[in-house]
Amino acid sequence: MALLEVNDLKTWFHTRDGVVKAVDGVSFNVEAGETVGIVGESGSGKSVTCYSLLQLIPQPPGKIEGGTAKFGDLDLLSLKEDEIRQVRGKRIGLIFQDPMTSLNPYLRISTQLIEPLLIHEGIGKTEALDRAVAELEAVGIPDAKKRIHSYPHEFSGGMRQRVMIAMALITRPEILIADEPTTALDVTIQRQVLDLIKARQEELGTAVIFITHDLAVVSEVCDQVNVMYAGRFVERADVKTLFSCPRHAYTRALQRSIPALQSKGEKLYTIPGLPPNLAHDIGGCAFAPRCPEHEGMPAHAVSRPALKEVDPGHWVQDCPACLAVKLSA
Amino acid sequence: MSYLELQNLTKHFTKRDGWFGNTTTTVKAVDDVSLSIEKGEILGLVGESGCGKSTLSRLVMQLLTPTSGSVVLEGERLADLPPDEIRKRRRDFQMIFQDPYASLNPRMTIFSTLAEAILTRRTELQSDRDGLEAAVSELMERVGLDSRYIRKYPHEFSGGQRQRIAIARALGPEPKLILADEPVSALDVSIQSQILNLLADLRDELNLTMIFISHDLSVVRYIADRIAVMDEGKIVEVGGADSVFESPQSEVTKVLLSAIPQIR
Repeated sequence: MALLEVNDLKTWFHTRDGVVKAVDGVSFNVEAGETVGIVGESGSGKSVTCYSLLQLIPQPPGKIEGGTAKFGDLDLLSLKEDEIRQVRGKRIGLIFQDPMTSLNPYLRISTQLIEPLLIHEGIGKTEALDRAVAELEAVGIPDAKKRIHSYPHEFSGGMRQRVMIAMALITRPEILIADEPTTALDVTIQRQVLDLIKARQEELGTAVIFITHDLAVVSEVCDQVNVMYAGRFVERADVKTLFSCPRHAYTRALQRSIPALQSKGEKLYTIPGLPPNLAHDIGGCAFAPRCPEHEGMPAHAVSRPALKEVDPGHWVQDCPACLAVKLSA
Repeated sequence: MSYLELQNLTKHFTKRDGWFGNTTTTVKAVDDVSLSIEKGEILGLVGESGCGKSTLSRLVMQLLTPTSGSVVLEGERLADLPPDEIRKRRRDFQMIFQDPYASLNPRMTIFSTLAEAILTRRTELQSDRDGLEAAVSELMERVGLDSRYIRKYPHEFSGGQRQRIAIARALGPEPKLILADEPVSALDVSIQSQILNLLADLRDELNLTMIFISHDLSVVRYIADRIAVMDEGKIVEVGGADSVFESPQSEVTKVLLSAIPQIR
């Protein structure tokens, strides 16, 4: 049995402009110790998926409309507030994108770092402080004994992200959710933070759910990858398969649009159009209006295509046009 | 003589330290930088955080006074000009910032944002409402925005569209030099390509001269003709974009290159 089994998760937002189906039927498993990636453009529902698991969606306007998330013998989605608190920050840790805004500027690092220990493990302050110092050393902060009493603004962006990682891992969670942890950082710092997450994961055996829009980052850290578009997964495969033989038109378009892989002098490839408005019902394949392969293909059925297993472990939305592989691409 | 020349540009910041502020430490943020840029050229400026890229760009934009050295545009030393003349020249230097969510005034419509920029150069449009509106529409279409959205506010646009508005605003005063400070780092990978295409097109159409600052060498390689690598306030390497990428000379460049995530 997998560590976490998410089944048909639906999170909708009830707004004045209608019901926005931000996450509309998402299923995935996380095995102990593995790294599962969720990639997609802004607004595809990556973050909402993960925040739903910890019930961090503002309700209202958000509402978890259906699905289950089995974590051991718990269903995360139906836990009461005091029960989910036993999980959040204890058994499932979180790192956010922006380390500048996710640390409290008024509190010393020490206060923020030992808080989860005081709450979840009920140990004394001195003991908690010792563990916090050890944790800071483990994420590579020099002179941790002194630095722990600093305020967040005394750290650089990369160092702050290290503090966030220390804070998320201090309770030894079984799962770490990393939401775009390196997007706000320089490439060289990004490299250090990615290496650090990988190293800590190997030492502690933590499973990681890694959210990002950057396919290159995914290819470096993830074992399994889910490609998300308009609230659903369009493709899932292990990282090797996804990059060596992507099947869905969206995955292929996303790969082609990476500036680093294109040659100078030519126009950069871009995906035409915009992602669909999720407040409107999507009939058929959500990617159809932006997909070159849909030209000349018959119009679609009213429902969105379901995931189909094309090879063992390789799932793709069953849309004939999106699956029509052009080898030249 | 090049279009824009930076001659031995240096900026030191001194900081008072100690109990009575009687010890001073000097930070050499920009240290003896000389560079030249031709008309219509895009120069990529790369380096890690804290290497002095932003200080250098502020010196070029005349937002800081250099400790020594000078900026020469079209053969004219800017430091020699009287203050009110410098203020007039400001419109010749325009910036595009990293975060399109923070760099646009949320209370101004696209029309007012762009009209303000256009009026700095074309003052005759002040009393010509129709002419001004036509100029704004033209500017919007130039950067790939539908001019029907002229009355909308920034929050009604996506990140990529906002960056287009920011680019349009920079083009409004018909500048001689555009300084783009990490213009695509805050955007999704798929949107990055769209903005890079737009900047490359605009350069071809308008013969723009641009300094493109980024920490991402792969992006700079695509857009820039030449790349200058900065470290600890000094330029450590300058060369054609491809040659810097393919045969890096300095340690810093090698570190920056090896840090780029690769698809394996």
